Amino acid sequence: MNVRLYLWQRMTAAAMVPLLIVHLAVIFYATRQDLTAADILSRTRGSVAWALFYGVFVAAAAIHASIGVRNILVEWTPMRHRTAEIASIGFAILLGVLGLRAIAAVVLP
Amino acid sequence: MQSEMSVSLWRGGEDGAYVTYKVPERANQTVLDVVTWIQRNVDSTLSYRFACRVGMCGSCAMVVNGRPRWTCRTHVSKVAKNGALQIGPLQNMPIIKDLATDMKPFFEKWQSAKGVFEPSKTRHDPIEEIRPDTPERVAADAAVECINCGVCYSACDTVRWNGDYMGPAALNRAWSLVNDVRDSGQAERLQAVASGGGCHSCHSHQTCQQFCPQSLNPTAAIAGLKRRTVQAYLKGDLKK
Repeated sequence: MNVRLYLWQRMTAAAMVPLLIVHLAVIFYATRQDLTAADILSRTRGSVAWALFYGVFVAAAAIHASIGVRNILVEWTPMRHRTAEIASIGFAILLGVLGLRAIAAVVLP
Repeated sequence: MQSEMSVSLWRGGEDGAYVTYKVPERANQTVLDVVTWIQRNVDSTLSYRFACRVGMCGSCAMVVNGRPRWTCRTHVSKVAKNGALQIGPLQNMPIIKDLATDMKPFFEKWQSAKGVFEPSKTRHDPIEEIRPDTPERVAADAAVECINCGVCYSACDTVRWNGDYMGPAALNRAWSLVNDVRDSGQAERLQAVASGGGCHSCHSHQTCQQFCPQSLNPTAAIAGLKRRTVQAYLKGDLKK
């Protein structure tokens, strides 16, 4: 891992700490308040704030996790570095697409 | 009758095996004494390294009962398990024969981490005074007593997993030079240790500092390099 990847992994980790706390708080709130799927969707649909919140979260998670996966592949498999890089970029794209699809499903009107 | 202990030594190259010998037990003996006794009295073809025998040269490191140690300063009574010793060559380095490893990759990484002092003055300049209480000098001091024994390199999980990783000793050396105000090669050094296989590959497992016979803390040195390289990168002083 070089300094650029190190910094991205640390920065995305730092960014995710408050996002994760809010995310967990929302889950607790929704379950404690007995919010139904319809209640939740009525709050998230058309909400730029929730789209931005989870958009940043998904981007940070995809970058953070794929750098970690790259390291695991480099250290624990006989894979070449270049192949590990391509595989981890693919993993980041997969996480990004899945995450953004999930966001689109709850925020698009 | 003098009591004996059972000592298993690695014999052969990479495809070798442990061979057990009976060695007389003495009140005071080091692991190196035991190896030397076998070489002098049982099998003169046994290969191993030592030089100073007093913990200065860093030649005699071996893996004793599973952990790397400087054998000349390790008393048998402190490490024997049920009166038995298993002594193997250092890990993470190719075995040449028996207990002697090829330390070339270890020292090549010192070179790639720019562990060489680059003078900023000539012999015609006056000697630069360095106050011992400056933060740089104190930081350099903490890392400077390395004897190049290879114990940390042998103990490091990251070295085992990642062949490109420079390892604790080379990075510890780089850190003492980063804090050397007389050195003129800082940009190249930070560039080298910030690249793939450099300080950012360290997982901070801290086995290096746990096993270092000199009680150095290469993990702290590497953390210092991580900080310094991140600062340089954010300032734009490092190439990509």
